[in-house]
Amino acid sequence: MKKTVIAAIVVIFLIAFVPLFVLKDAEFGGSDDAGSVVVEEVDSSYEPWATPVFEQLLGGELPGEVESLLFCIQTGIGVGIIAFIMGRFVERKKWMKDQ
Amino acid sequence: MSKKQKKILVLAGAFALAFGIVPNVSAMHIMEGYLPGSFCIAWGVLCVPFLIAGFMSIKKTLNEHRNLITMLAMSGAFIFVISSLKIPSVTGSCSHMTGTGLGAILFGPAAVSILGLIVLLFQAILLAHGGLTTLGANTFSMAIAGPFVSYGIYVLCKKMNVNKRVAVFLAAALGDLFTYCVTAGQLALAHNADTTFGAALGKFMAIFAPTQVPLAIIEGIITVVIFMGLETYAKPELRAMGILKEAK
Repeated sequence: MKKTVIAAIVVIFLIAFVPLFVLKDAEFGGSDDAGSVVVEEVDSSYEPWATPVFEQLLGGELPGEVESLLFCIQTGIGVGIIAFIMGRFVERKKWMKDQ
Repeated sequence: MSKKQKKILVLAGAFALAFGIVPNVSAMHIMEGYLPGSFCIAWGVLCVPFLIAGFMSIKKTLNEHRNLITMLAMSGAFIFVISSLKIPSVTGSCSHMTGTGLGAILFGPAAVSILGLIVLLFQAILLAHGGLTTLGANTFSMAIAGPFVSYGIYVLCKKMNVNKRVAVFLAAALGDLFTYCVTAGQLALAHNADTTFGAALGKFMAIFAPTQVPLAIIEGIITVVIFMGLETYAKPELRAMGILKEAK
């Protein structure tokens, strides 16, 4: 089982990072912009009528670094909860065996 | 490494290379302001019954088994983590996964709609990712359509006696993929003034689908890994939920 898990993780990394090395000129840009480009293509008269709350408060676009910080916080919260609960489960299993 | 594992590695590599030639860009949630008002409201209204069902299903589960709240928190956290990771894809742009498959398998699709809504709200307000006006449409695609497909596939696989891990993989991966198909459909429905609905759908699908395929596979694998962990360490909970059979 350990081997399967390790193999699975290796596969995940391969799928995720091979494109980075293969596609050297690609931008790997944020996705939101691309969607808007296609909207423009198929519906040229359409004007977006709202902007994100945060950007309205800031009066401009969210700086890239800050955005990555916020995404990290989101990941951190999630990982924290998963790690905490998983840790409890693992310890509990040990404890149940002793009984 | 066994032969089988080597084969999987080679396959994954070949797959990534084969797709590595199509440079393109992609999108994830529908952006703020990118749906006309009437569509925003329509999708929002469509979500309401699912959210109510979800709320009741969560309440019922927790009333029956109080200790399942840990598993619920875990499914929610899983969506949080997975949907925050933007991963470079073979089309030369980044996209992220949904992570709703795990929750759908464990708690049923309705419950996930609540968890998904929380994540989407967080992203819309703080990350300028997705949006409040398009919240209804995004909730429908990511937190309702995707999980329902995941759950359906899982149940179907169980009926057909497919290996549980394969079932989990298929459920998570196809649910993820379907989410993006629905998003493409939603965009095409709202934006086809210059072409037909079909042509618009094709265009949106062309950006979403190829980018999302490898990510859907990753999501499937991650979900299986987490599921294996739960199978080992959270047997009592899984039994209470009826995922594992009583007393093996």
